[in-house]
Amino acid sequence: MNEQEKIVSDNKDLVLKTEHLCIQFGGLRAVDDVNLEIREGELYGLIGPNGAGKTTVFNLLTGVYKPTSGKILLNGQDITGKAPAEINRLGIARTFQNIRLFNNLTVIENVMVGLSNQIPCNMLQSIFRLPRHKASEKEYYERALELLKVFQLDEYKDYLAANLPYGKQRKLEIARAMATNPTLLLLDEPAAGMNPNETQELMDDITFVRREFGMTILLIEHDMRLVGGICENLTVLNFGTELAKGDTATVLSNPTVVKAYLGD
Amino acid sequence: MNFIAAIINGLSSGGTYAIIALGYTMVYGIAKMLNFAHGDIIMMGGYAMYIALSLAGHPILALVAGIVFCVLLGVAIERYAYKPLRGAAPLAVLITAIGMSYLLQSLAQIIFGSAPKMLVKLQVPGFFMIGSLRVDYSTLITLIVTVVVMTALTVFIKKSKPGRAMVAVSEDRDAALLMGINTNAIIAITFAIGSALAAVAGYLMLMKAPSLSNTLGAMPGIKAFTAAVIGGIGSIPGAMVGGILLGVVESFSYSIPALAPFTEAVEFSILIVVLLVKPSGILGKMRREKV
Amino acid sequence: MSLKNFNWKKYTNYLVVGGVMLIFGLLSLVGVSDASITSLLERISIAAILAVSLSMVVGFLGELSLGHAGFMCVGAYLGGKVAALLEPSLGNGPLNFFIALLVGSLAAALFGVIVGLPALRLRGDYLAIVTLAFGEIVRSVVMNLPAKLFGGTLGLSTPRMDKKYLFIMGFLLLLACLAVTQNLIKSKHGRAIISIRDNEIAARATGIDVTKYKLFVFTISSFFAGVAGVLYSFSMYTVQSANFDYNYSIEILVMVVLGGMGSINGSLIAAALITFLNIQLQTMLTGDLAVLQNLFYAVILILIVIYRNAPGLKGFREKYNMRTISEKLFKKKKTVVENADAGEEEATNE
Repeated sequence: MNEQEKIVSDNKDLVLKTEHLCIQFGGLRAVDDVNLEIREGELYGLIGPNGAGKTTVFNLLTGVYKPTSGKILLNGQDITGKAPAEINRLGIARTFQNIRLFNNLTVIENVMVGLSNQIPCNMLQSIFRLPRHKASEKEYYERALELLKVFQLDEYKDYLAANLPYGKQRKLEIARAMATNPTLLLLDEPAAGMNPNETQELMDDITFVRREFGMTILLIEHDMRLVGGICENLTVLNFGTELAKGDTATVLSNPTVVKAYLGD
Repeated sequence: MNFIAAIINGLSSGGTYAIIALGYTMVYGIAKMLNFAHGDIIMMGGYAMYIALSLAGHPILALVAGIVFCVLLGVAIERYAYKPLRGAAPLAVLITAIGMSYLLQSLAQIIFGSAPKMLVKLQVPGFFMIGSLRVDYSTLITLIVTVVVMTALTVFIKKSKPGRAMVAVSEDRDAALLMGINTNAIIAITFAIGSALAAVAGYLMLMKAPSLSNTLGAMPGIKAFTAAVIGGIGSIPGAMVGGILLGVVESFSYSIPALAPFTEAVEFSILIVVLLVKPSGILGKMRREKV
Repeated sequence: MSLKNFNWKKYTNYLVVGGVMLIFGLLSLVGVSDASITSLLERISIAAILAVSLSMVVGFLGELSLGHAGFMCVGAYLGGKVAALLEPSLGNGPLNFFIALLVGSLAAALFGVIVGLPALRLRGDYLAIVTLAFGEIVRSVVMNLPAKLFGGTLGLSTPRMDKKYLFIMGFLLLLACLAVTQNLIKSKHGRAIISIRDNEIAARATGIDVTKYKLFVFTISSFFAGVAGVLYSFSMYTVQSANFDYNYSIEILVMVVLGGMGSINGSLIAAALITFLNIQLQTMLTGDLAVLQNLFYAVILILIVIYRNAPGLKGFREKYNMRTISEKLFKKKKTVVENADAGEEEATNE
């Protein structure tokens, strides 16, 4: 086995790999030399105190920001510097810390937007109401409804997204992300603002998505107990750099991590 | 010689554009909105000067009256039309500002009629020669006022407490609020300063061409606005650079007979070219939207 | 969503527009209708095409274009020029009209691409500035080109179509404009367009090609502005560039805002209403009083936008909107579910 083949086989089940990921805003290094390795089917946690650069990592991975240096590989393909929509099509879907739904569309339409790249129908076919349009609309509706059922949102399908209760909005965001048929799902503090019941429901959902779709998930979380409960591996960020990484139990017992969280 | 004359004229009209552009850019930086009505505040200031001239008859009093009226008007517009929309979609604010511009123009026409008023008392006749080059006193005054205004504003922003608070608010309104800065007051101050500058610009414009109508501010407003974008909207040095650049280009374009009728097209084409090459403008920073 | 059962409600506006066209077409055929009515209908069809096409950009895409009159100007001048050139050989009948229509609208669409390409990649406000600048450029260029080309300051003389039939063309084109707009909005592409308006960042993250959609909507909208321009040039004896100024762009914007942004029927009604008012007021308000009309538009624009958008008025809006008022008046009892459905209809702008 030569060197090249060895790298390939080592990276075989790597869904996401970042190499020396950095971004600088003015004088501030918001993310500095972050190296993530996430394997297929894994639930990986990205944790750290406020302002540690977790969401910035998500923004780098999804193309909202372009890294100052470093590389992002998705299933072995270099996606560094690509546009957000393109990255989504290549397989990364995300949710947002401050929920970003399409508020004036209904619940089911939100999911249908997520399906946009899955079911072809070009603009001329729609404008002239060619048979393809009707067929695709039916498929959109059915597939969206199916997904809503999975997330138990089907009874709200005709509600405006804005009118959903908070916990359901979070769920809808996940459903919309899943509709884009990703290979990697990024969840940005999905439990933020939820009560204990909703949090429990959410954790069940995440477990369910993993089981049902075999989804690889990268999760940002503030609450260490939640992370400890469901993640296999963790990276801890502090001031944009990796403080620790490895399997959950080891990382959480690491004294520097505890110190970063609790302060001196 | 023609060349130098074109530059001097360009610097002078560019200075006026820059002063107007400062108002646009400061409001944009701090309230994150394009105040479409800014050009029409100039015009309203012009009418205030017209009234002051008919009552008191002295240009300086007219200038003071113009400044006071513009400041009150600018702050009132912000308070009653824009402030209720803080936090609403940017499109809503933009359309309200356009409506306000339209409102001021029609109001002025209803009150003062469409026939232009001549403010001849504001004119500064006379010129002096540098070699064979003729320089009007009004051009000289405009240049001096431009330099004074820009210097004063720069010092104000850098040294004074409200000036630094303005920078803070433009960087991050929420953070500034957390630091105990009264953002509402800062936004009001910004409108006040911008409107005062508009009055000064109006005075300079009427000094050169004393004809006042309800569309006095419309075209200079749009051009200054273009200048602010060319220089980098939100950036104070950018507004100065953009204003001067636009003035010089305009002056050159007017001096070339084949190009003269298309001067406006030339000016606006610069905008499109700048947006293609450097979308943030010459001195502007690209803003990152918080995600 | 109701794909199976035929829903008459969905086609109301086609029926109304088509009905008006048929009734007045017949009246005019038998010689009953008079010139003032056909000319009013002509102007309404032009205004409605402009308003519906602008509402695509402003209401659904959430971008502001202040140069709609500029694109109309392109259509009017290029279409009018072609028609004038073809008149000796083709006369001023339908064939000439269609060729002019094709040239004028495609040219306007092309300008839409040229203007949209640099501006739409940037943050929202830039489109407003660039389109405003574009409108001014077009106007001043057309006016200052040699008179041989576009008639200079005197305007371009264009062939005028038979007064009896032009409004029928106008209404047919309005129907086409309605069909394109509504079919587009009620499709996956419409959902994508609304998603961009609602949350551009989320739309990108959901795989929507934002720039492509923005450019497409803007181009289609410019295309129909060009259509309106060609209609205009056929309804006038001369095309004057001064008519396509900033104020006219604003007037179209007022129609869209007054109609309720994102409501196609609203734009239609507002276009008809404002055109009608304009003609009535023209005779009533003369001289400097004519500006009262502008003042009125300005006040309407500001009040409507503040009323509909001010965060502080949210409670007020919910308490006193048309629906609750009509419910109180007619004492209708509605279940919660029906209310939710009604809310959906309003927001998805059917």
